[in-house]
Amino acid sequence: VSATVSARRARSRKSPLSGTDPVGSSVKWLDERLGIAKGGRVFLDKIFPDHWSFLLGEIALYSFIILVLTGIFLSLYYVPSASDVIYHGVYKPLQGVKMSAAYASSVDLSFAVRGGLVIRQMHHWAADVFIGSIAVHMSRIFFTGAYRKPRELNWIIGVTLLMLAIINGFLGYSLPDDLVSGTGIRLAFSFILSIPVIGSYLAVFLFGGNFPGSGIIIPRFFIIHVLLLPLAILGLISVHLGLLVRQKHTQFPGHGRTEQNVVGTPMYPTFILKTTGFLFMIAGVLWALGGLVQVNPIWQYGPYQPYKISYAVQPDWYMGWLDGALRIMPSWEFTGFGHTIPFEVFLPTILFPGLTFTLFWVWPFVAAKISGDRAEHHLLDRPRDRPIHTAVGALGLAFYFTLFAASSTDVLANFFHVSLNAVLWFFRLAVIVIPIIVGLTTWRICLEMSGVHGIGKRKRALVMSRSPEGGYTTVETAPRPGDQPEELPPEPVPTYIKIEDELEAESVGAGDSSGVRRVPRR
Amino acid sequence: VTEQITTEEGTITAAQATATEAGVPVSAFDDPHLRPFARNPRRTELVIGLFLFVGLLGFAAYGGVYFVGGQTRLEGVFAGVGLFAFGFGLSAWGKYLLPQGPFVEDRHHLSSTDEERDSMTAAVVDRAKLTFRRRGFLGGLLGAGAGVMGIVLAFPLIRSLGPNQPGKTFETTNWKAGLRLVDVTGRPIHSSDLEVGGALTVFPEGFVGSSIDMSMLVRPEPAYKNIVTMPGRETWGPRGYVAYSKMCTHAGCPVGLYQELTQTLLCPCHQSVFNVMDGAVPEFGPAPRPLPQLPLMIDSAGWIRAQAGYDQPVGPGFWERS
Repeated sequence: VSATVSARRARSRKSPLSGTDPVGSSVKWLDERLGIAKGGRVFLDKIFPDHWSFLLGEIALYSFIILVLTGIFLSLYYVPSASDVIYHGVYKPLQGVKMSAAYASSVDLSFAVRGGLVIRQMHHWAADVFIGSIAVHMSRIFFTGAYRKPRELNWIIGVTLLMLAIINGFLGYSLPDDLVSGTGIRLAFSFILSIPVIGSYLAVFLFGGNFPGSGIIIPRFFIIHVLLLPLAILGLISVHLGLLVRQKHTQFPGHGRTEQNVVGTPMYPTFILKTTGFLFMIAGVLWALGGLVQVNPIWQYGPYQPYKISYAVQPDWYMGWLDGALRIMPSWEFTGFGHTIPFEVFLPTILFPGLTFTLFWVWPFVAAKISGDRAEHHLLDRPRDRPIHTAVGALGLAFYFTLFAASSTDVLANFFHVSLNAVLWFFRLAVIVIPIIVGLTTWRICLEMSGVHGIGKRKRALVMSRSPEGGYTTVETAPRPGDQPEELPPEPVPTYIKIEDELEAESVGAGDSSGVRRVPRR
Repeated sequence: VTEQITTEEGTITAAQATATEAGVPVSAFDDPHLRPFARNPRRTELVIGLFLFVGLLGFAAYGGVYFVGGQTRLEGVFAGVGLFAFGFGLSAWGKYLLPQGPFVEDRHHLSSTDEERDSMTAAVVDRAKLTFRRRGFLGGLLGAGAGVMGIVLAFPLIRSLGPNQPGKTFETTNWKAGLRLVDVTGRPIHSSDLEVGGALTVFPEGFVGSSIDMSMLVRPEPAYKNIVTMPGRETWGPRGYVAYSKMCTHAGCPVGLYQELTQTLLCPCHQSVFNVMDGAVPEFGPAPRPLPQLPLMIDSAGWIRAQAGYDQPVGPGFWERS
């Protein structure tokens, strides 16, 4: 075998550049019309930095995809109507019970549609995971300072997405019209009613009358839940990702990483394989949850009747912070001048979430104002390196977690056999005290950590020696394997990604039986 | 057995020669960035293959379960395990078998030069000036027209929602003097129906299930006692009966739990506690007002009737409530 033989072989193989193979010709066709090749190539080479915490946003994105797909399935069977029906479906215990068509169809799509219960529970789990992962993703962005210039816009979009996700979660939770979710709608009516001046008009307009209204609320919630908000969320996600591509990813400081570059793995093929696999893994977890872990068993709650109620009425977890705030709020109703302002409802359920999201929205600008830092940042902070910032974040998290815990005052009182009164007063104090303690502790821990030399790195032995003059010197021993970063210095994505042993296998050819394979060096 | 070929670039293998002819630069061969992350790619391929195969089996099993009629837990297990294994295989493929990198790309400055920015600003301002120069009345008409259009277009969106005005809907109920109390099935309540310590959800006759009318009829005392919860309500609680609105004054939940031992009504939503014997003044919790009390009477045949409607709006607070 000579070099000329190999060269002939190389020529006889179809070159991908020739434009005669299917991929080449499609690229050519598209490029002649849209000019995709140049930018497309850059896009294939787009670098995605690797860090586990960057998966959090992907969890949110993929659970949204699952939500859309399972939601389409559910919408084929769900009947968005509050009109009364007498149930004659497959679920025996409810036979002959008067209920809304919405509830009847929700029960039937769980039991009469093959695979329906799994999909319905998967949809519910995906919603829980969607909102949870947004919240955790947002915490990551906060603690690493990724919201700083130039990414303030994407932070604002992200906060808006969290808000829309929570609202849409509540609407979807309300659609089955079971006893628990119907109570939730009743509460939502009271929340709207509590708004000064316009509250009663708004509530009556939305519900078509005093609660429960004309029955129009179920179709209205339905169209908002399946069309308006999903469209808004989809649009905002697109802009969120578009900005991310335009501004490129942030990255943690490290080997060869600067403010001027992005180090990681290329979009195609590495990242696309990894992330598609991740999509499947999330789908798998959600599907297993949908099949194995019962969630929102509406057939046990029964249909909604305004006069019925059950013990331990709680909303889905993401509304817990609002329910907790509502529970521990003192009864400060204002009456005077011929009017009533029910602050005990208006404050915790309308004003408080409004202020919360306003604070989230303006936070990047507030933080820039306080710190005076208006520079561009593409390298992320380690939270411990910014003790005050991290302490503020921990304080906020502790505040919302305490409110969340306060949404189960009755369950806690029963579980620990203490009086409800004591639990309530505990939370009224805890919501102030716990965040302060958590904030101070975090601040102190950050300070302690930043004072320790070489934290987070493997320690090396120190060799101490005494010189003939009597002075002492310490010298670090040579690094052991693992002490130093094993990563190679980063390089641009090469034009040709060909792994050595593949080339060799190709050159051996189909008819060549020598089949020598070199084990890659490592 | 690898052949060595001498070129001007040095000694290369036949494989490299093939690739070089195809346009691959020689430098690409020794680049450690292009080696897979796995120490032993052969074995890694096997493991990944195993995961993908498990995925395949899981999908097939899901299809089988679905085909024979479906079973919630098995569907979850098979589809879940299948998807997870399949996805794990794909991710591992990307992580362990493809070039390990790390690769780098430059971050280009997003912002433009000062000149470009100035020219943009100038274009916006100058062209606006050009458009509106000495045409103030056109500009005024544009603004006024757009404003009126905006307001008018909001009418069908908002005003059409509310053919119903709130009016007195929050201040009145269907309770009227002389109406009999009926239970959830519509059966009238007789004064002998409840034992001492009993409680029942009641409605005015003809309005069963109505949210605004729902009331709690409680019998804390035996028949020889009239219950006076407050001064001025001397006749409201005949023969040991007393009734309150069931709609919580906090957020409108049904105050459904009657606790005989403490003579309290408890709202399960946010745990407001109302004392039955005391005019349902909130003892505890976030409720701001007592539950309105329904004045009762018992007619000669023993039916329990309302003396009158509620003397105040029921349920949670709102702006127009005085």
